[in-house]
Amino acid sequence: MSDPDLVLGIESSCDEMAAAVVRRGREIVASVVHGQAEVHRPYGGVVPELASRDHVRAVSRVVGAALERAGLESEALDAVAVTAGPGLVGSLLVGLSFGKALAYRLGIPVVGVHHVAGHLASAELADDALRAPYVGLVVSGAHTALYRVREAAPPLLLGETRDDAVGEAFDKVARLLRLPYPGGPSVSAAALRGDPRAVAFPRPLAGEPGLEFSFSGLKTAVAIEVERRAGGRPLPAAAVADLAASFEAAAVDVLVARARRALAGARPARLAVVGGVAANRRLRERMQAAAREDAFEVVFPPPDLCTDNAAMIAAAGFALLVRGERHGMSLNSFSRIPIGATLGASPALE
Amino acid sequence: MQRIFPSPEATRAAACALARAAAPGGLVVALIGPLGAGKTVFAKGLAEGLGIDPGLVASPTFVIASEYSAPDGRRLTHVDLYRIESAAELEAAGFLDWLEPGVLVAVEWADRFPEAMPADRLEVRLSRPDAAEDPARRTLHAMALGATAEAALAGWSARLAAAAG
Repeated sequence: MSDPDLVLGIESSCDEMAAAVVRRGREIVASVVHGQAEVHRPYGGVVPELASRDHVRAVSRVVGAALERAGLESEALDAVAVTAGPGLVGSLLVGLSFGKALAYRLGIPVVGVHHVAGHLASAELADDALRAPYVGLVVSGAHTALYRVREAAPPLLLGETRDDAVGEAFDKVARLLRLPYPGGPSVSAAALRGDPRAVAFPRPLAGEPGLEFSFSGLKTAVAIEVERRAGGRPLPAAAVADLAASFEAAAVDVLVARARRALAGARPARLAVVGGVAANRRLRERMQAAAREDAFEVVFPPPDLCTDNAAMIAAAGFALLVRGERHGMSLNSFSRIPIGATLGASPALE
Repeated sequence: MQRIFPSPEATRAAACALARAAAPGGLVVALIGPLGAGKTVFAKGLAEGLGIDPGLVASPTFVIASEYSAPDGRRLTHVDLYRIESAAELEAAGFLDWLEPGVLVAVEWADRFPEAMPADRLEVRLSRPDAAEDPARRTLHAMALGATAEAALAGWSARLAAAAG
């Protein structure tokens, strides 16, 4: 078949259920995200409900809303792209099963998309001029990794976190500081009033070769400092602000230093920073300053493309479809899967 | 059983010994301890003991559960209940599916839902005593609940004693 025009993307790898229609992998026709952060704030500052059950209730409504907003009937779609992993298998299965069933009913192809390949594609959705090759820094609650984004080949992993993701560290530090959920924005808001040099937190792996990350030791250092200062009682707001600012400064320093190293010698010297933490203001400022100093280009998608969404899944799926990939009804979901892995294909069922 | 580990490497080596002591029939390890106590480090050691690359093992906080297989087919399921808010959510996430026979299952933050844990389990508590003075030191308390856990604890204890030599 010729390249698909309209691709429906479905994303349900974790807390969000999202659907979007994207034209030719570049133009967002409609994008709907059924988020849960607001719903969960009352729980006392932590946790999004991860309910697969909630996804079951949401999936047809969210896909329907995306089509309605696009002003399209499902028959107008040319293909379905759905997140196959990594993520919570129960949640993934909801989107995956719905996507396969819809593709089967419409007689159109379905492709499974790696969630991180989706995040990387968000940079191209945000900047129409951006074309591979470039370096991608993925920073979110679940992922912290550097990739070389290539033309006509899957992204190549350059280095990833050995332990916690940076967004996870923000969430855990928020809980230590008794700041509300979601942790990233609340730590950053508190940090604005604090002194980033108040506490010299470690910059894990600083000076070590390679492009891996580590945030577990930084999180532990914050936990120890909170215990030392507070002894179980709530900290004064000024101390919370200083600890938030000092933690954020350390985390951002690590991300910027690793990205600079990945870009050293990269031609063209281009960086895309994607994922929920890419919305962090200090990270944007520091990375842009590094870009000016080292003379590389940097792209940050707008915040609504940084957090989990389905437009990025449709865009990444489009790239797979153009390369001729088709995944059949045997397509499955995976809690962990390498970014270039071959997903199940059974052409007979297409 | 109680042990003191001076470094993350020592915690990891002890976990590695536990994985080697666990019977092929599987074991549930309930990992309990505050943020930064070394629960994920312990899980990396379990992976290493099964012949799984510990470099693959990262925090499962966001995905709730990560499954790993060794080249010889032995399996590790690494679960994290940090983000789970209710027993109903735990069930919806597929918790009962993860407790398969033959699999080494490590459950971080198991103390959030003690009633949901299987009766036969090895409880491993990690803590950071006087962390301000010695930030790398960890204390481990292990307690067996049930016959499978008893056997694993006995084998583990013997291996640690032999290693300490």
